[in-house]
Amino acid sequence: MNEQAVVVEARALGKRFGAVAAVDGVSFEIRAGEIFGMLGPNGSGKTTAIRMLCGLLTPGAGSASVAGADVAREPELVKSRIGYMSQSFGLYRDLTVDENLEFYAGVYGLGEAKAARIAWAKGAMRLAELGPRLAGVLSGGQKQRLALACSMMHAPQVLFLDEPTAGVDPAARRLFWTIIRERAAEGVTMIVTTHYMDEAERFDRLVFLSRGHVMAIGTPAEVRHQFGDNMTLEDVFVSLQEADA
Amino acid sequence: MNRERVASMIRKEFVQMRRDPATLRLMLAVPLVQLMIFGYAIRTDVRNLPTVVFDQSRSQESREFVQRLTATGNFVLRGEAHSYDEARLAVDRGRARAALVFPEDYARNLKRGRTAAVQVLVDASDPTASQSAIAAAQLLGQRLNVERLQQQTGVDLADRLPVDVRVRPLYNPALRSSVFIVPGIIGMILSNILIIVTALSIVREREMGTLEQLIVTPLARSEIMLGKIVPYILVGYVQMTTVLIVGHLAFNVPVRGPLLALYGATFLFIVASLGLGLFVSTLGRTQAQVTQTAFLFLLPNVLLSGFMFPREAMPPAARALGALLPLTFYLQIVRGIVLKGVGLRELWPQVLALAGFAAAFFSFSTQRFHKTLE
Repeated sequence: MNEQAVVVEARALGKRFGAVAAVDGVSFEIRAGEIFGMLGPNGSGKTTAIRMLCGLLTPGAGSASVAGADVAREPELVKSRIGYMSQSFGLYRDLTVDENLEFYAGVYGLGEAKAARIAWAKGAMRLAELGPRLAGVLSGGQKQRLALACSMMHAPQVLFLDEPTAGVDPAARRLFWTIIRERAAEGVTMIVTTHYMDEAERFDRLVFLSRGHVMAIGTPAEVRHQFGDNMTLEDVFVSLQEADA
Repeated sequence: MNRERVASMIRKEFVQMRRDPATLRLMLAVPLVQLMIFGYAIRTDVRNLPTVVFDQSRSQESREFVQRLTATGNFVLRGEAHSYDEARLAVDRGRARAALVFPEDYARNLKRGRTAAVQVLVDASDPTASQSAIAAAQLLGQRLNVERLQQQTGVDLADRLPVDVRVRPLYNPALRSSVFIVPGIIGMILSNILIIVTALSIVREREMGTLEQLIVTPLARSEIMLGKIVPYILVGYVQMTTVLIVGHLAFNVPVRGPLLALYGATFLFIVASLGLGLFVSTLGRTQAQVTQTAFLFLLPNVLLSGFMFPREAMPPAARALGALLPLTFYLQIVRGIVLKGVGLRELWPQVLALAGFAAAFFSFSTQRFHKTLE
């Protein structure tokens, strides 16, 4: 794993909103093909950090590069190399599966490659039979996989997954993680936020944020170890949240 | 601007439009419904005032007066009253809007060459409704005077009148209010529907979370907006053309001026309205809020733009407010081209004003739109 190139690098990243430091001096490196978790209670700075890494928010301090582009200087280049799947899935419910895929293929400017890429996405995300169905009538798991397909339409090097499994049944969650690991094995870097600590246990590495600071970083085993040998990730999460309150 | 990205946005908007038949129907049916309501129902030219007559003279002369007065089309006979009080009561109760009272000596005085009086009571509680009736009655009086004097003197007075005022009503000689109202409806409908529909379509994306998704794609904000407005420009043109055609067929509204100039000026107006819609979308976070906010703009559009009430009659503050509405200028353009048959040579100041509105609203709204996305 360590021979892989660094794809995401945050260097003392910071952002203030008025008097509040939402993110303060956060640094980490993520290598190609890693599944990297960003964990922490609400208000810990996860969302702000992710928005900066996506090129949506200009860093207030420090710097970051994602997929070879600087987030402050080249946000448009960043956007063309990353994918982003939000909690709300961001699908057009009044468009069919095929129309959603075609729309995002066009938005990413795939041109000639469009048809082949849509065919790939439908196979890879297990959507083959669903083409003419309206996105609004899909099950939670199907919507989730369609959102994933849309956000990967342009073969991004880095994929941000913001609570991707919220409100999805266990069978669909399992299928989703199978697909995510397949994509990671192909070299796509995954940055994931989640509130399910059982999912986090299976990430390659993770960072715990609290009040904008890095509290712990490393493999799940390393993070647990930092807080005490018989702690689970859930114990770590709860203790951070209580310290916050 | 990337052509493929914008084309995808536009195509998506059209598919969504097709999937939402309720809104589509609204956009196409509302112009027709409004056209019918404003074209048929709203008449500022009141004709046929129901009239009662209290005729104490009971003469050929008084009957002739009644007959000629009703022939103007402003009065229609509703019966006879047997006393002054009865005539007055009919007007008080609203059974009649006018009453004619002939004194007993009406015919006698006429025959003897003395001044004969006739009283015309008109319900003027609605000033605009009574105006033309009052004018018609006065005009008839003058005509009768000339005719009588001519008979008495044997001189052809028509050539001897010191002043001969000849009024020639231009553009709408029959003074039909539908001819005036119908072209205005084009402007009303375009701005009101486009403001609401664009505002809603943007807020809907925000509510669904799709706007959040779009801004992490390489789509530029200007491309998102362009994709939003192009389909509605087309909708606007369809609405305008519908009103023009139906207005022509159903209300005989002529189209006298250059259509190309009209369609060109309409483009500026549509863009200005879409800019307003975009602005409205930044003022609320839910569809309900935005619908409420849109009404803030709709009412002044109807009342202050000169659509229904002449701006010349407004107090300066109201007029100044009306001058901030693109519709005010567009109405002058659409009426100028459709009714007066004038073109850009006469209307360039209004076109310039619209271009200013379009540029100002659009750049201001785009900036606000960007801020709300951060």
